[in-house]
Amino acid sequence: MSPIARTWRWIREHVVLALGLLVLTYMFVPIAVVVLMSFNDPGKSKNVYTFRHFTLHNWMHPCAPAGMCHSVGLSLGIGLLATIIATIIGTMAAFGMVRHEFAGRSLANTVIFLPMASPEIVMGSSLLALFVSTQVALGFVTILIAHVMFCLSFVVVTVKARLTGLDDNLEQAAMDLYANETETFWRVTFPLVLPGILGAALLSFSLSFDDYIITNLNAGQSTTFPMFVWGAAQRGVPMQVNVIGTVMFLIAITLVLGNELNNRRQARALATR
Amino acid sequence: MARPGRNRYTGYLLLAPGALWLAAFFVIPFYSLVSASLFDPNGSVLTGYKMTFHVANFATVIRVYHSELFRSLWYAGLATLICLVIGYVLAYAIAFKGGRWRNLLLVLVIAPFFTSFLLRTLSWKLILSDHGFVVSTLQNLHLIGSNQHLLNTWFAVVAGIVYNFLPFMVLPLYASLEKIDGRLVEAANDLYASPFTAFFKVTWPLSLPGVVAGTLLTFIPSAGDYINQTLLGSPGGRMVGNVIQSLFTTTQDYAGAGALSVILMVVIIGLVLVYIRKAGTEELI
Repeated sequence: MSPIARTWRWIREHVVLALGLLVLTYMFVPIAVVVLMSFNDPGKSKNVYTFRHFTLHNWMHPCAPAGMCHSVGLSLGIGLLATIIATIIGTMAAFGMVRHEFAGRSLANTVIFLPMASPEIVMGSSLLALFVSTQVALGFVTILIAHVMFCLSFVVVTVKARLTGLDDNLEQAAMDLYANETETFWRVTFPLVLPGILGAALLSFSLSFDDYIITNLNAGQSTTFPMFVWGAAQRGVPMQVNVIGTVMFLIAITLVLGNELNNRRQARALATR
Repeated sequence: MARPGRNRYTGYLLLAPGALWLAAFFVIPFYSLVSASLFDPNGSVLTGYKMTFHVANFATVIRVYHSELFRSLWYAGLATLICLVIGYVLAYAIAFKGGRWRNLLLVLVIAPFFTSFLLRTLSWKLILSDHGFVVSTLQNLHLIGSNQHLLNTWFAVVAGIVYNFLPFMVLPLYASLEKIDGRLVEAANDLYASPFTAFFKVTWPLSLPGVVAGTLLTFIPSAGDYINQTLLGSPGGRMVGNVIQSLFTTTQDYAGAGALSVILMVVIIGLVLVYIRKAGTEELI
């Protein structure tokens, strides 16, 4: 091997990983800022973009800014409801698409894919055009409708991926051991697909909790948490929004890391059995 | 995978709720949007809107807002290209160098998603602000002048878009890189391909499905985004998303907003079709 090739190989062995980790670090820089600013005491200063003094005040009084906790409550409520509805009907649709014959399969695939490939502003404005022309009052229900709509495609795609990767033989074995269809479904198929369904639910919740563009167009007088942050950003955000951001991040990362560690433990237990 | 069920209509029953929801709240609204784009532009919320098939709406919004439209496509295209480069490095590192840490690293790619999009963008506002660490370092290194800033420039907007949509690029790239059989690259090396040639003749072509999916999932939402522009950009550099949003909510010019949304969608679909065709032929070479 020529020295050039050897050098290149060494570079590939180490530098690619280093660069990758650098990109990953870059992705966490703003998160670090959010966590840091949750401990900031801006004092009387209007400048909320520099760290002045350390304080626990924001964590002790998270609901101090008027209207913020109400908006968090609304976002949580909509997020939970939208997640439940989207996960149930999305999972049903995924089972239907993978496990059953029906006409118009490619049309269904296209309609499922399109919401993921449309700019949010177009989806939001077309829903608004519908609500305006049918004179539906904007508020909780219209936000919920919109959120279920854009979560649905992500649920179908996630659950479908899990279903298509499933080993057929396990179900065949259950049937051979005299389980009927219902028993096979609830005791074999469903538990195997469950991680996919839970992943889809987590994704739906984070999409719903985070959405601003579509929500803002269809919210009427209601204010969700992202809308509160947007409104506050015009004057300078209260530091407490960073507390909410930090808490959300910690909950989510505990859930996904916990799941990951659990998978590892199970894999190790299976390997040593 | 399809198997004979007890009832041949089960498939339709399972699919029905989701299909109806998408039909009612995605397909039909799109029809409302197209019809709104043909309303009489003189209507208002108080007097109501008359359907007059006013096709001139399209010409009007193109004439007034073409610079915003081009700016959106240009910002989104540039951001997508940067995302592709740094996203490819990250996805490649996870897929081929991650080893037993692969899944954990993948979780870390998604993790920033869970802090609000708006808060992350506001963080960039802080990081890039005039008194911040980045600006002062660049000024000390004389890379930018002492009276230049980063915030409220196109640079900040593109940087924000790159940051916010990077996971949409990394995940599909990873999915297709992970499927590549390492023995193919080894075979290329055995046949005296330089690592460079091996990458461009083996790895890159095999990862093309991920490249296409990732660029689409990054380009499309960024072309319609206005959050980054509003928080990080200057008022003079509006993107098409800003215009649609303000036409809908502030001016309540539903006809103009509808027409501009339809144009954005048509331009995007057109670009996507050309792009997919191009990517398809490249794959054959």
